[in-house]
Amino acid sequence: MRKRSLIPIVYILFLMLPIYWLVTMSFKTTNEILGGFSLFPQAFTLDNYIKIFTDSTWYSGYINSITYVVMNTVLSVSVALPAAYAFSRYRFLGDKHLFFWLLTNRMAPAAVFALPFLQLYSAVGLFDTHIAVALAHTLFNVPLAVWILEGFMSGVPKELDETAYVDGYSFPRFFVKIFIPTIAAGIGVACFFCFMFSWVEMLLAKTLTSVDAKPIVATMTRTASTSGYELGLLAAAGTLTIVPGAFVIYFVRNYIAKGFALGRV
Amino acid sequence: MARITIDRLRHSYMAEPKRPEDWALKEMSLEWQDGGAYALLGPSGCGKTTLLNLISGLLRPSEGRILFDDQDVSRASPEDRNIAQVFQFPVIYDTMTVYENLAFPLKNRHVPASEIDRRVREIAGMLDLGDSLMNRAAGLTADGKQKISLGRGLVRSDVNVIMFDEPLTVIDPHLKWVLRSKLKELHHRVKRTMIYVTHDQTEALTFADLVVVMNNGEVVQVGTPIELFDRPAHTFVGHFIGSPGMNVLPASLENDGVSFMGSRIEVIDPQRAGAAAGGQLEIGIRPEFISFGTTGLPVEIGKVSDAGRFRIVEARHQGQLIRVLVPEGYAVPADGAHLAFDAQHTHLYRDGWLVA
Amino acid sequence: MNKQINQKAWLLVLPVVVLVAFNAVIPLMTVVNYSVQETFGDNVFFWEGVGWFEQVLQSPRFHDALLRQMLFTGLVLVIEVPLGLIIALAMPRKGFWVSVCLVLMALPLLIPWNVVGAMWNIFALPEIGLLGKGLNNLGFDYNYTRQPVTAWFTTVLMDVWHWTSLVVLLCYAGLVSIPDDYYRAAKIDGASAWAVFRYIQLPKLKRVLTIAILLRFMDSFMIYTEVKVLTGGGPGNATTFLSIDLDKMALGQFDLGPAAAMSLIYFLIILLFSWLFYTLMMRNEAQ
Repeated sequence: MRKRSLIPIVYILFLMLPIYWLVTMSFKTTNEILGGFSLFPQAFTLDNYIKIFTDSTWYSGYINSITYVVMNTVLSVSVALPAAYAFSRYRFLGDKHLFFWLLTNRMAPAAVFALPFLQLYSAVGLFDTHIAVALAHTLFNVPLAVWILEGFMSGVPKELDETAYVDGYSFPRFFVKIFIPTIAAGIGVACFFCFMFSWVEMLLAKTLTSVDAKPIVATMTRTASTSGYELGLLAAAGTLTIVPGAFVIYFVRNYIAKGFALGRV
Repeated sequence: MARITIDRLRHSYMAEPKRPEDWALKEMSLEWQDGGAYALLGPSGCGKTTLLNLISGLLRPSEGRILFDDQDVSRASPEDRNIAQVFQFPVIYDTMTVYENLAFPLKNRHVPASEIDRRVREIAGMLDLGDSLMNRAAGLTADGKQKISLGRGLVRSDVNVIMFDEPLTVIDPHLKWVLRSKLKELHHRVKRTMIYVTHDQTEALTFADLVVVMNNGEVVQVGTPIELFDRPAHTFVGHFIGSPGMNVLPASLENDGVSFMGSRIEVIDPQRAGAAAGGQLEIGIRPEFISFGTTGLPVEIGKVSDAGRFRIVEARHQGQLIRVLVPEGYAVPADGAHLAFDAQHTHLYRDGWLVA
Repeated sequence: MNKQINQKAWLLVLPVVVLVAFNAVIPLMTVVNYSVQETFGDNVFFWEGVGWFEQVLQSPRFHDALLRQMLFTGLVLVIEVPLGLIIALAMPRKGFWVSVCLVLMALPLLIPWNVVGAMWNIFALPEIGLLGKGLNNLGFDYNYTRQPVTAWFTTVLMDVWHWTSLVVLLCYAGLVSIPDDYYRAAKIDGASAWAVFRYIQLPKLKRVLTIAILLRFMDSFMIYTEVKVLTGGGPGNATTFLSIDLDKMALGQFDLGPAAAMSLIYFLIILLFSWLFYTLMMRNEAQ
């Protein structure tokens, strides 16, 4: 093994340490955690996980999170598709300004929008629904999806479109039957990023929900502040939030490098 | 500058090659003289790029040796071999000017600045790049970039060999011949050994003094362009070189002579035929060396197509297609035509290889 | 690519515009609205003009938060960008290990931000955390809940842990898109490893590095959740960055006017920096 492969190995070890600590802690009892320092669980327990899978305030949090994340991903990518096509193929009045304006929304701090969002979604009667969070997350996910998809679409020669029109395809039929399959990899990458950013965001998700649509991350923070010392339970819940992410990465592992390269400033 | 000897060279990309197909390059031995212009010609995937990379040192051979003059360089790194290479897609250093690009290999070798300046200006002059020396190289067209790639090889006075890997792929068609004649002219001026890899017969035949034809990882023939045309050593060479390629007709031995679909081909000496016993026999004859006559092989005339200074006639004998080349304006006989083969240029092949 | 002029393309963009406008314009108007008014509750508002803006811009509290924010973002960029680049350069280019590396490295990016905070919280606890206990056992006096310096150290380390992979992935994607022939040509030209980096890899990575710096700048400038969970902005105000300060002001003290004014100033700072950086990079590229 060459010397330089040490660098990624050391880096990955560094990445894994806190995760290891979280996972270890999830198998410890609260007494053991608070009782002192131990590298491995001394009294291995699954109680924390059992609690999460049997208590509906816990597991419904996961279901809520996954529900709005999937809604957001589908919504973001489906509205971004035609828009990205327009940006990659046509010039129209204000196109450049519009593109930049979209991107500026990626730069909006969630903290700035938290309160106005609460008022807005309460006013339209969507407070504490999955739709509210899914819609709110489109603020940063739609610009991102447009950006990624535009990059992929620009890589597809325009002759493809022209050939299809000559062959008598209408725009919607061409778009669905030919174009979308052509950029399937790009759609996969866009979905990945939308999923990712919606899954990791907490501030807006927490602000816009109270009971019915409460995401797992909010359940966790409330547990942390109220019962404070149930660290084992918290660790188990945290460990479980890593699982969907790991699952999704595994699926797109071969596209990650490509997806990042095709993004366009 | 050096004489290049390839001695029983073999290469496989696999760790433990077993079957013959595992070898990307089958055993070969070649010798190239100092200062010559050579071409490696063959279809994609025939192993010519592998051979090129073995010579340049980007790959280490599985077996065999490569010698520059009498020195074994099989295991030497590309820097130590002192070679230059022009790649299929132009490689230039984007952030540098044309001048800096050309100076780069010399700078890396710590050549004094005054000497660098002299060499760069001389080579830039040869390549007609003198006016754009201070421009950013990234702004040049594809042919300009290829000239820079070539220039980086030419500035070094000690280069053993300059290699070209399909260098005209991305050049506009109307500029291809300009660059090709420039190359030929440069070869005459600098007298360096040059190896040109291509799948395009025109490029190979116009550039090289000696062409190595490869197929399926092996050398099928080494010869001058004339030899490749007149005496293809393998039916593959006959097919691949010339347009249209050589007619290859199934043949059999009958009554001490060679027959094609039951008709005896008299031009082939029965003695030569006798030596060909065993194996699958074929007759090879180029369309250029067939003429119409009143006696000979009876054929029906099919399509006649014009190809500039000559016409291609598709004749059929018992359904077997034979292409014939006739001069422009030649009156092709309608029916009852017969074909005559030129004795000098009618060859007999056994299992693809020319019979002595 | 030559693009055709087609005003009907607006129809294709319309859903995006409506959706984003709903999410961006209405809340932004609300913020603007608050920022110029004073309220004492009961939905009674008084015109305040630019008073809040003046107050925020002159307040030491804002200056401190802004300064901390800039220091944090600066540190994060200075550490993560070169580190990410080095790791990407050292990564294997082919084979089984590439997938393993990519999957493991991408993992922190997909962990919810408050879980990142919570994870580091328990990882760094001085008595029972692996990092905290480890450092104390090595003889360092480490307690991030009490000492501003160690709190900063932990926060920056957490961000490096969380986000360096983004830079790695971007740089790696840029690196694998460089054709092999460039490396071959450099070898033949006798270029040193440094020259290969300086004249081939760095120029080809310029684009992805621009994206990486922009993204890291924006996201670190907006950091909220992770720090909120890890330190809560403390000890004292040591790690109170702009978002956390804003949150304290708006939801903690319900000072809507100043909070709204600060939001706008905050947003404009990010826009300004991003725009400046972007324009500079593009001008550089055009030369």
